[in-house]
Amino acid sequence: MSAEVQESNKNSSSKQKKMTVRVDFTPMVDMNMLLITFFMLCTTLSKPQTMEISMPSNDKNISEADQNKVKASQAITLLLAGKDKIYYYEGQPNYADPSSLKETSYLASGIRQQLLKKNYEAVQKVNELKKDKANLKISEEEYKKKLAEIKSGKNTPTVIIKATDDSSYRNLIDALDEMQICNIGKYVITEITPQDKALVAKRSGDNPSGSADQSKEGGI
Amino acid sequence: MTRVKVKKKSTFIDMTAMSDVTVLLLTFFMLTSTFVKKEPVQVYTPASVSEIKIPETNILQILVDSKGKIFMSLDKQPDLRAVLQRMGEEYGVKFNAEQEKKFSVASTFGVPIASMPEYLNLPSDKQDEVLKNEGIPCDSTDNQFKSWVKNAKEINPDLRIAIKADSKTPYAVIKKIMNSLQDIRENRYNLITNLKTTSEE
Repeated sequence: MSAEVQESNKNSSSKQKKMTVRVDFTPMVDMNMLLITFFMLCTTLSKPQTMEISMPSNDKNISEADQNKVKASQAITLLLAGKDKIYYYEGQPNYADPSSLKETSYLASGIRQQLLKKNYEAVQKVNELKKDKANLKISEEEYKKKLAEIKSGKNTPTVIIKATDDSSYRNLIDALDEMQICNIGKYVITEITPQDKALVAKRSGDNPSGSADQSKEGGI
Repeated sequence: MTRVKVKKKSTFIDMTAMSDVTVLLLTFFMLTSTFVKKEPVQVYTPASVSEIKIPETNILQILVDSKGKIFMSLDKQPDLRAVLQRMGEEYGVKFNAEQEKKFSVASTFGVPIASMPEYLNLPSDKQDEVLKNEGIPCDSTDNQFKSWVKNAKEINPDLRIAIKADSKTPYAVIKKIMNSLQDIRENRYNLITNLKTTSEE
């Protein structure tokens, strides 16, 4: 109170009126809103995700040596056919008998079940590892190191992905996705052989048994 | 006559706080978002569970639409210019300074090298129309796509190759691209995908 009085006294003595320093911010807000609208419309917040893959080099010697390494018992071959169909066989198929090729689907109940079964040990280990990481027992680096170790372990299956020309890019991504979900470290995308192609053609030709398989797969 | 006694209140609202908020929002949007790149074709990438983010710089993006047309984009303008010069030398096509400048500011390119000078002479709105129906040839007889990637890699060895393809693209096209990349010993590359929104656990 007293301060106010003093001040008014001062003002009257200097004869200067106190000016209001209030600035109207409305145009400023208008402009900012416009800018925000512009940024919201012309930009994206989400950065695209990516999948890293490394393909085998084209060197003939290396690929042959690599191929020899794959044990038939631990190999699963996925054949991606057109119309979102996927077939698989374990080890070596019987090229004379099309029914050695099993039909499955991209759904969680389809190919994933098969791969998880095949890769049971590694999946268990990875799940434990993830728990440890969630409980902060191990560090991020340790986790990565151990994960790589498990994935390249001895008893893990090797998946060979062979796509026919009819299949789409989405099928390929879906198949690669399954590799990540099922913690499969060893997989390769190779060109389909004429034998495999013929087998798929034969298999998709006999519809009755194919559709029967499909319904069984869906029932589970 | 009580009305007379009511003092007239000013309708002035203090916008300072509002201004503060908008400036904050603006800053947030400017810092977190990235500009949408203009692409000649609409591409819907398939979804995946992969959560690796793509680096922002040094990307050689290969855009493949659902019909299998191939486009490419580089993010550094000096690189673009150098690549064009090299491609011109390789295929015996001459470019003048004006054309080079136009090429280096364009976000995406994808016309056969022979028709490149003609394309670059067009005004930019016409370019967009033309570009939609073109694409870089990638056949075994005329693999310009391979040369583009090879030259780009020689100019900037740190480039990362990222393939952005439509989910409906036939695998035959992808195979051609992968084989071309393999031929020039590019064995590591990225596939751009969307994040899968629904969990299927």
